[in-house]
Amino acid sequence: MRDVAVIGLGMRKWGELWEQSLRTIFTEAAIDALDDAGVDRIDSMYIGCMSGGLFVGQEHLGSMLADYLGQRSLPATRVESACASGGLAVKSAYYEIASGASDVVLAAGVEKMTDVDGNASTYALATASDQEYEAYHGVTFPGLYAMIAHAHMKKYGTTKEQLAQVAVKNHANGSRNPLAQYPYKVDVKTVLESTLIADPLHILDCSPITDGAAAVLLASMDVAKKLAKGRPIVRIAGVGHSTDTIALHARKDLTFLEATQHAARKAYDMAKCGPGELDLVELHDCFTIAEICVIEALGLCERGQGGKAIDQKLTTADGKIPVNVSGGLKSKGHPVGATGVAQILEVAKHLRGEAGERQVKGARRGLTQNMGGTGGSSIVHILEVC
Amino acid sequence: MSTARYWREIPHRYRLEASRCKQCGYIAYPHRLICPECQCREFVPITLKNTGTIETYTVIRVAPSQFVDQVPYAVAIVKLDDGVALTCQVADTDPSKLAIGKRVTLEFRRIQADGEAGVLAYGLKAVLQP
Ligand SMILES: [Zn+2]
Repeated sequence: MRDVAVIGLGMRKWGELWEQSLRTIFTEAAIDALDDAGVDRIDSMYIGCMSGGLFVGQEHLGSMLADYLGQRSLPATRVESACASGGLAVKSAYYEIASGASDVVLAAGVEKMTDVDGNASTYALATASDQEYEAYHGVTFPGLYAMIAHAHMKKYGTTKEQLAQVAVKNHANGSRNPLAQYPYKVDVKTVLESTLIADPLHILDCSPITDGAAAVLLASMDVAKKLAKGRPIVRIAGVGHSTDTIALHARKDLTFLEATQHAARKAYDMAKCGPGELDLVELHDCFTIAEICVIEALGLCERGQGGKAIDQKLTTADGKIPVNVSGGLKSKGHPVGATGVAQILEVAKHLRGEAGERQVKGARRGLTQNMGGTGGSSIVHILEVC
Repeated sequence: MSTARYWREIPHRYRLEASRCKQCGYIAYPHRLICPECQCREFVPITLKNTGTIETYTVIRVAPSQFVDQVPYAVAIVKLDDGVALTCQVADTDPSKLAIGKRVTLEFRRIQADGEAGVLAYGLKAVLQP
């Protein structure tokens, strides 16, 4: 297979974008990615979107978004893996180029979530769980992660304060990201005093409802070298994708994310590196407990020690392994289909040295982890500077 | 919820009907065509016992549309004594009494407000054993 590079990055401010439609926010991000690379024609495109149908009543996004990007007569594919749809778009584009079938492919993600009210968005998100055997009984996404949290607290002694510290860290990071939806700091007391959503998770343990898009342009190494103009070339060095049971209750260990561990192992093998050789990680902190479980599954700390790792400041921006310097889903926002693409974009910015105030100094290698549902699907990418 | 879907789901929702893999003993609830442990395709029908233990739980305070009239309500993952785990509500319970490891019995209750087809959606909820 051929080497694949990330040559264009496009993302604008996320938030409640009431004046903009799904097609507009996608097109802005995609144009920015093409301009960043200096490209105006692409061979193919992938769009990650969890539920155009339930959020805005629009499916058939391949046709619509290719049309609005001014790209006709090309293959355009919408891919779906719940909240991991964005990561899946990047993976799909990667393999299309690696196989030699295409040279320049756009991977984008988009979700327009605020056109519906809170109950309807809670319903839409719950479709990423097992509709007949979980959602039927009234459990929500925060509810499922809350049950993971209670199990983790019981098994390993993880505390509500450790959960809250994840939010505190990611909001501190997000306060340095001008594109974040909630770029402000919070403290532990504020998190613990915020409204309970599903015990033990408070609203500030949860990622927000967000409108947003992100786009990255991928290309073969030959094309990337021609377009580099002296900028560092960022290569996708490892890709891993795996699945687990869709129903949380069917897992042997409710506290462990096997699909994430499996995907990470594949990506580490492919990139010939281990968790100790990463300069930054962008991971799927849809809830504070998720970040604790993911750092364990990625091997950044021992199994069960995620809460303690937060106490020890392992993952702060100046810690041993900075996690979610972008602010993560928690502060940056979580337009579900766009999240996995924005993670790639963030790591690529750091590897190019273009991350501004929050730049991880000298970053050479970074990992992204994007997860669907309660971990029923997980996609890991490892990026390196050539 | 459509009438057809509701009717189709009655056997496991009302009667805890499951199946045991002939080869490895894995219990599929609901029924499956292929065993996820050993890929065997032959199962023996069984009925699960309605008693079990709370493996984890939460209290839902922000609900999807069909459940907004019920908040707050408790939801748990219950491991039945046969070894199968399922997700269900815990009824008639003061949330402060919930804990991992507590014993429960499953009872037949109304689950959701009337669906679009006018069908009442029933199923099993856990209640704490005295
Ligand atoms: Zn079997």
